[in-house]
Amino acid sequence: MDKVRLQREAAFIRSSLLDQGYLDEQFIQLEELQDNDNPNFVEEVVTLFYTDSARLIYNIDQALLSNPTDFTKLDDYMHQFKGSCSSIGAKKVKNECNGFGEYCEVQNYDGCFRTFQQIKQEYITLKKKLETYFQLLKEAAQIK
Amino acid sequence: MAGGEVLRQNLPEKLEESPSGANELHVLAVDDSLVDRKVIERLLKISSCKVTVVESGTRALQYLGLDGDKKSSIGFDSVKVNLIMTDYSMPGMTGYDLLKKIKESSVFREIPVVIMSSENILTRIDRCLEEGAEDFLLKPVKLSDVRRLKDFIMKGEVKEGEKRCCKRSRSEDCSPSPMTHPCDSSLLSSLSSSSVLSPLSPSTLSSKKSRL
Repeated sequence: MDKVRLQREAAFIRSSLLDQGYLDEQFIQLEELQDNDNPNFVEEVVTLFYTDSARLIYNIDQALLSNPTDFTKLDDYMHQFKGSCSSIGAKKVKNECNGFGEYCEVQNYDGCFRTFQQIKQEYITLKKKLETYFQLLKEAAQIK
Repeated sequence: MAGGEVLRQNLPEKLEESPSGANELHVLAVDDSLVDRKVIERLLKISSCKVTVVESGTRALQYLGLDGDKKSSIGFDSVKVNLIMTDYSMPGMTGYDLLKKIKESSVFREIPVVIMSSENILTRIDRCLEEGAEDFLLKPVKLSDVRRLKDFIMKGEVKEGEKRCCKRSRSEDCSPSPMTHPCDSSLLSSLSSSSVLSPLSPSTLSSKKSRL
Protein backbone atom coordinates (compact mmCIF):
# COMPACT_ATOMS: atom_id res chain seq x y z
CA MET A 1 0.00 0.00 0.00
CA ASP A 2 1.04 3.61 -0.62
CA LYS A 3 3.20 5.07 2.16
CA VAL A 4 1.48 8.43 2.07
CA ARG A 5 -1.94 6.85 2.15
CA LEU A 6 -1.02 4.77 5.18
CA GLN A 7 0.32 7.83 6.98
CA ARG A 8 -2.81 9.77 6.13
CA GLU A 9 -5.01 7.01 7.48
CA ALA A 10 -2.99 6.94 10.68
CA ALA A 11 -3.20 10.72 11.00
CA PHE A 12 -6.96 10.51 10.54
CA ILE A 13 -7.33 7.98 13.34
CA ARG A 14 -5.17 10.16 15.55
CA SER A 15 -7.21 13.31 14.85
CA SER A 16 -10.49 11.55 15.50
CA LEU A 17 -9.22 10.10 18.74
CA LEU A 18 -8.28 13.59 19.87
CA ASP A 19 -11.44 15.27 18.50
CA GLN A 20 -13.76 12.69 20.02
CA GLY A 21 -12.10 12.98 23.40
CA TYR A 22 -10.63 9.48 23.52
CA LEU A 23 -7.22 11.06 23.86
CA ASP A 24 -6.14 14.37 25.32
CA GLU A 25 -3.16 16.71 25.55
CA GLN A 26 -1.15 14.18 27.55
CA PHE A 27 -0.91 11.91 24.49
CA ILE A 28 0.59 14.82 22.56
CA GLN A 29 3.04 15.41 25.42
CA LEU A 30 4.20 11.81 25.02
CA GLU A 31 4.62 12.30 21.28
CA GLU A 32 6.87 15.25 22.01
CA LEU A 33 9.15 12.98 24.02
CA GLN A 34 9.71 10.82 20.98
CA ASP A 35 12.70 11.43 18.73
CA ASN A 36 14.98 9.65 16.30
CA ASP A 37 16.85 7.95 19.14
CA ASN A 38 13.57 6.80 20.68
CA PRO A 39 11.26 6.46 17.67
CA ASN A 40 8.85 4.05 19.32
CA PHE A 41 8.51 5.70 22.70
CA VAL A 42 4.76 6.35 22.48
CA GLU A 43 3.99 2.85 21.30
CA GLU A 44 6.17 1.43 24.09
CA VAL A 45 4.31 3.42 26.72
CA VAL A 46 0.95 2.45 25.28
CA THR A 47 2.00 -1.20 25.26
CA LEU A 48 2.87 -0.96 28.94
CA PHE A 49 -0.53 0.63 29.44
CA TYR A 50 -2.21 -2.41 27.86
CA THR A 51 -0.23 -4.77 30.11
CA ASP A 52 -1.00 -2.79 33.22
CA SER A 53 -4.65 -2.38 32.28
CA ALA A 54 -5.09 -6.09 31.60
CA ARG A 55 -3.83 -6.83 35.10
CA LEU A 56 -6.01 -4.22 36.76
CA ILE A 57 -9.13 -5.10 34.79
CA TYR A 58 -8.67 -8.73 35.75
CA ASN A 59 -8.24 -7.77 39.40
CA ILE A 60 -11.35 -5.61 39.35
CA ASP A 61 -13.39 -8.33 37.66
CA GLN A 62 -12.24 -10.79 40.33
CA ALA A 63 -12.98 -8.36 43.12
CA LEU A 64 -16.48 -7.84 41.72
CA LEU A 65 -17.01 -11.59 41.81
CA SER A 66 -15.90 -11.90 45.43
CA ASN A 67 -18.40 -12.03 48.21
CA PRO A 68 -18.45 -9.91 50.31
CA THR A 69 -17.33 -7.07 48.06
CA ASP A 70 -14.13 -5.41 49.16
CA PHE A 71 -14.81 -1.82 48.14
CA THR A 72 -11.46 -0.62 49.42
CA LYS A 73 -9.67 -3.00 47.10
CA LEU A 74 -11.92 -2.01 44.22
CA ASP A 75 -11.22 1.63 44.83
CA ASP A 76 -7.49 0.98 45.02
CA TYR A 77 -7.38 -0.94 41.73
CA MET A 78 -9.50 1.68 40.04
CA HIS A 79 -7.23 4.43 41.35
CA GLN A 80 -4.26 2.68 39.74
CA PHE A 81 -6.15 2.16 36.50
CA LYS A 82 -7.21 5.77 36.41
CA GLY A 83 -3.62 6.83 36.96
CA SER A 84 -2.42 4.81 34.00
CA CYS A 85 -5.18 6.22 31.80
CA SER A 86 -4.18 9.71 32.82
CA SER A 87 -0.53 9.06 32.04
CA ILE A 88 -1.18 8.17 28.42
CA GLY A 89 -3.96 10.70 27.91
CA ALA A 90 -6.83 8.20 27.75
CA LYS A 91 -9.40 10.86 28.59
CA LYS A 92 -12.67 9.12 27.88
CA VAL A 93 -11.80 5.94 29.79
CA LYS A 94 -10.46 7.99 32.68
CA ASN A 95 -13.68 10.00 32.91
CA GLU A 96 -15.78 6.83 33.05
CA CYS A 97 -13.68 5.81 36.05
CA ASN A 98 -14.93 8.78 38.07
CA GLY A 99 -18.41 7.32 38.13
CA PHE A 100 -17.04 4.05 39.43
CA GLY A 101 -15.28 5.83 42.27
CA GLU A 102 -18.51 7.49 43.34
CA TYR A 103 -20.40 4.19 43.47
CA CYS A 104 -17.51 2.65 45.39
CA GLU A 105 -17.66 5.36 47.98
CA VAL A 106 -21.33 4.67 48.74
CA GLN A 107 -20.72 0.94 48.39
CA ASN A 108 -23.22 0.59 45.58
CA TYR A 109 -22.33 -2.75 44.02
CA ASP A 110 -24.72 -2.56 41.05
CA GLY A 111 -23.49 0.90 40.18
CA CYS A 112 -19.90 -0.31 40.30
CA PHE A 113 -20.65 -3.37 38.22
CA ARG A 114 -22.59 -1.51 35.51
CA THR A 115 -20.06 1.31 35.30
CA PHE A 116 -17.23 -1.14 35.01
CA GLN A 117 -18.82 -2.83 31.99
CA GLN A 118 -18.93 0.61 30.34
CA ILE A 119 -15.32 1.25 31.27
CA LYS A 120 -14.25 -2.03 29.74
CA GLN A 121 -16.13 -1.19 26.54
CA GLU A 122 -14.49 2.21 26.22
CA TYR A 123 -11.12 0.67 26.96
CA ILE A 124 -11.54 -1.99 24.29
CA THR A 125 -12.63 0.64 21.75
CA LEU A 126 -9.60 2.78 22.51
CA LYS A 127 -7.23 -0.16 22.42
CA LYS A 128 -8.51 -1.29 19.01
CA LYS A 129 -8.14 2.17 17.51
CA LEU A 130 -4.67 2.65 18.94
CA GLU A 131 -3.56 -0.76 17.73
CA THR A 132 -4.74 0.10 14.22
CA TYR A 133 -3.03 3.47 14.45
CA PHE A 134 0.36 2.05 15.40
CA GLN A 135 0.01 -0.78 12.90
CA LEU A 136 -0.54 1.73 10.08
CA LEU A 137 2.47 3.76 11.20
CA LYS A 138 4.57 0.62 11.28
CA GLU A 139 3.48 -0.41 7.78
CA ALA A 140 4.16 3.07 6.46
CA ALA A 141 7.62 3.09 8.02
CA GLN A 142 8.48 -0.16 6.31
CA ILE A 143 7.83 1.27 2.85
CA LYS A 144 10.72 2.88 0.91
CA MET B 1 21.19 27.53 31.81
CA ALA B 2 23.86 29.71 30.19
CA GLY B 3 23.99 31.92 33.28
CA GLY B 4 24.68 28.94 35.49
CA GLU B 5 27.48 27.73 33.27
CA VAL B 6 29.22 31.11 33.23
CA LEU B 7 29.04 31.19 37.00
CA ARG B 8 30.78 27.82 37.30
CA GLN B 9 33.63 29.05 35.08
CA ASN B 10 34.09 32.09 37.32
CA LEU B 11 34.68 29.98 40.39
CA PRO B 12 38.29 29.42 41.38
CA GLU B 13 39.82 26.04 40.58
CA LYS B 14 39.85 25.16 44.28
CA LEU B 15 36.24 24.08 43.91
CA GLU B 16 36.56 20.37 43.30
CA GLU B 17 32.94 19.40 43.63
CA SER B 18 30.65 19.84 40.64
CA PRO B 19 26.91 19.16 40.94
CA SER B 20 27.60 15.57 40.06
CA GLY B 21 30.37 13.56 38.41
CA ALA B 22 29.72 14.49 34.81
CA ASN B 23 27.93 17.81 35.31
CA GLU B 24 24.76 15.77 35.22
CA LEU B 25 22.03 15.74 37.79
CA HIS B 26 21.36 12.29 39.21
CA VAL B 27 17.68 11.80 39.93
CA LEU B 28 16.18 8.91 41.85
CA ALA B 29 12.57 8.38 40.75
CA VAL B 30 10.19 6.25 42.78
CA ASP B 31 6.83 5.07 41.42
CA ASP B 32 4.83 1.88 41.67
CA SER B 33 3.18 2.47 38.28
CA LEU B 34 4.76 0.70 35.33
CA VAL B 35 3.57 3.35 32.89
CA ASP B 36 4.65 6.29 35.05
CA ARG B 37 8.13 4.86 35.60
CA LYS B 38 8.64 4.73 31.86
CA VAL B 39 7.40 8.25 31.35
CA ILE B 40 9.34 9.87 34.19
CA GLU B 41 12.49 8.10 33.08
CA ARG B 42 12.10 9.54 29.60
CA LEU B 43 11.27 13.02 30.90
CA LEU B 44 14.44 13.01 32.97
CA LYS B 45 16.69 11.54 30.29
CA ILE B 46 15.48 14.06 27.75
CA SER B 47 16.37 16.73 30.29
CA SER B 48 19.92 15.34 30.40
CA CYS B 49 19.67 13.84 33.84
CA LYS B 50 21.11 10.57 35.00
CA VAL B 51 18.15 8.47 36.13
CA THR B 52 17.64 5.63 38.55
CA VAL B 53 14.05 4.40 38.70
CA VAL B 54 12.73 2.14 41.43
CA GLU B 55 9.28 0.76 42.08
CA SER B 56 8.90 1.32 45.81
CA GLY B 57 10.00 3.34 48.80
CA THR B 58 11.67 0.25 50.21
CA ARG B 59 13.77 -0.16 47.08
CA ALA B 60 14.62 3.55 47.20
CA LEU B 61 15.92 3.21 50.75
CA GLN B 62 17.89 0.12 49.78
CA TYR B 63 19.46 2.02 46.91
CA LEU B 64 20.43 4.87 49.19
CA GLY B 65 21.73 2.44 51.76
CA LEU B 66 19.23 3.64 54.34
CA ASP B 67 17.43 0.39 54.93
CA GLY B 68 19.58 -0.53 57.90
CA ASP B 69 21.06 -3.53 56.13
CA LYS B 70 24.77 -3.11 56.71
CA LYS B 71 25.59 -5.31 53.72
CA SER B 72 23.91 -3.06 51.18
CA SER B 73 25.29 0.12 52.65
CA ILE B 74 28.41 0.59 50.55
CA GLY B 75 29.04 4.04 51.88
CA PHE B 76 27.74 7.51 51.12
CA ASP B 77 30.35 8.34 48.49
CA SER B 78 29.15 5.70 46.07
CA VAL B 79 25.57 6.96 45.88
CA LYS B 80 25.27 10.58 44.90
CA VAL B 81 21.73 11.66 44.26
CA ASN B 82 20.81 15.27 43.59
CA LEU B 83 17.06 14.93 43.58
CA ILE B 84 14.44 12.41 44.61
CA MET B 85 11.07 12.38 42.86
CA THR B 86 8.51 10.11 44.42
CA ASP B 87 4.91 9.20 43.82
CA TYR B 88 2.68 9.79 46.82
CA SER B 89 0.28 6.83 46.66
CA MET B 90 2.28 3.65 46.78
CA PRO B 91 1.48 0.39 48.52
CA GLY B 92 3.37 -0.27 51.75
CA MET B 93 5.55 2.80 52.08
CA THR B 94 3.91 5.93 50.73
CA GLY B 95 5.85 8.83 49.23
CA TYR B 96 5.19 10.69 52.46
CA ASP B 97 6.72 7.89 54.53
CA LEU B 98 9.73 7.88 52.24
CA LEU B 99 10.04 11.66 52.54
CA LYS B 100 10.08 11.39 56.33
CA LYS B 101 12.74 8.69 56.30
CA ILE B 102 14.97 10.77 54.04
CA LYS B 103 14.55 13.92 56.12
CA GLU B 104 15.37 11.91 59.25
CA SER B 105 18.67 10.82 57.73
CA SER B 106 21.63 12.99 58.59
CA VAL B 107 23.27 11.87 55.38
CA PHE B 108 20.42 12.41 52.93
CA ARG B 109 18.23 15.09 54.50
CA GLU B 110 19.70 17.81 52.29
CA ILE B 111 18.58 16.09 49.11
CA PRO B 112 15.52 17.83 47.70
CA VAL B 113 12.49 15.55 47.57
CA VAL B 114 9.60 16.21 45.22
CA ILE B 115 6.25 14.49 45.63
CA MET B 116 4.10 13.55 42.62
CA SER B 117 0.41 12.83 42.89
CA SER B 118 -2.63 12.53 40.65
CA GLU B 119 -4.75 14.04 43.42
CA ASN B 120 -4.89 17.72 44.20
CA ILE B 121 -5.57 17.46 47.94
CA LEU B 122 -4.59 20.56 49.88
CA THR B 123 -4.08 18.83 53.23
CA ARG B 124 -1.85 16.26 51.53
CA ILE B 125 0.19 18.97 49.84
CA ASP B 126 0.59 20.90 53.10
CA ARG B 127 1.63 17.79 54.98
CA CYS B 128 4.34 17.05 52.45
CA LEU B 129 5.65 20.58 52.34
CA GLU B 130 5.72 20.77 56.11
CA GLU B 131 7.69 17.56 56.22
CA GLY B 132 10.27 19.21 53.98
CA ALA B 133 9.27 18.37 50.43
CA GLU B 134 10.72 20.79 47.93
CA ASP B 135 7.70 20.75 45.65
CA PHE B 136 4.50 18.89 44.92
CA LEU B 137 3.74 18.03 41.30
CA LEU B 138 0.36 17.06 39.93
CA LYS B 139 0.37 14.09 37.60
CA PRO B 140 0.74 13.65 34.75
CA VAL B 141 4.13 15.30 35.14
CA LYS B 142 5.15 17.47 32.20
CA LEU B 143 8.47 18.22 30.59
CA SER B 144 8.16 21.85 31.73
CA ASP B 145 7.90 20.65 35.35
CA VAL B 146 11.07 18.61 35.05
CA ARG B 147 12.95 21.42 33.33
CA ARG B 148 11.93 23.91 35.98
CA LEU B 149 12.95 21.51 38.74
CA LYS B 150 16.29 20.87 37.11
CA ASP B 151 17.04 24.58 36.81
CA PHE B 152 16.19 25.09 40.45
CA ILE B 153 18.36 22.20 41.62
CA MET B 154 21.29 23.22 39.41
CA LYS B 155 21.21 26.74 40.81
CA GLY B 156 21.10 25.32 44.30
CA GLU B 157 24.14 23.16 43.57
CA VAL B 158 26.09 26.12 42.21
CA LYS B 159 25.16 28.18 45.26
CA GLU B 160 26.42 25.34 47.46
CA GLY B 161 29.66 25.31 45.53
CA GLU B 162 29.99 29.05 46.03
CA LYS B 163 29.44 28.73 49.76
CA ARG B 164 32.04 26.00 50.09
CA CYS B 165 34.52 28.02 48.05
CA CYS B 166 34.02 31.15 50.16
CA LYS B 167 34.62 29.19 53.33
CA ARG B 168 38.02 28.12 52.05
CA SER B 169 39.35 31.33 50.58
CA ARG B 170 37.91 34.72 51.32
CA SER B 171 39.08 36.18 48.02
CA GLU B 172 37.01 38.69 46.05
CA ASP B 173 36.63 36.15 43.27
CA CYS B 174 34.08 34.42 45.44
CA SER B 175 31.63 37.28 45.83
CA PRO B 176 28.30 36.02 44.58
CA SER B 177 27.57 37.42 41.14
CA PRO B 178 24.12 38.81 40.56
CA MET B 179 22.37 35.51 39.87
CA THR B 180 18.86 35.55 38.54
CA HIS B 181 16.44 34.67 41.28
CA PRO B 182 14.74 31.32 40.64
CA CYS B 183 11.53 33.35 40.32
CA ASP B 184 12.45 35.24 37.20
CA SER B 185 13.03 32.64 34.52
CA SER B 186 10.71 30.06 35.99
CA LEU B 187 7.77 32.41 36.46
CA LEU B 188 6.62 32.16 32.86
CA SER B 189 7.06 28.42 32.62
CA SER B 190 5.44 27.85 35.99
CA LEU B 191 2.27 29.54 34.79
CA SER B 192 1.64 26.58 32.56
CA SER B 193 3.10 23.96 34.84
CA SER B 194 1.29 21.74 37.25
CA SER B 195 3.41 22.69 40.24
CA VAL B 196 1.76 23.86 43.40
CA LEU B 197 4.63 26.15 44.30
CA SER B 198 4.91 28.81 41.68
CA PRO B 199 7.51 30.21 41.56
CA LEU B 200 9.90 27.89 43.38
CA SER B 201 11.40 30.16 45.96
CA PRO B 202 12.56 29.71 49.55
CA SER B 203 10.33 32.58 50.66
CA THR B 204 7.24 30.77 49.39
CA LEU B 205 8.20 27.69 51.36
CA SER B 206 8.91 29.51 54.59
CA SER B 207 5.70 31.50 54.39
CA LYS B 208 3.79 28.26 53.92
CA LYS B 209 5.51 26.75 56.92
CA SER B 210 4.96 29.78 59.12
CA ARG B 211 1.21 29.51 58.64
CA LEU B 212 1.25 26.84 61.35
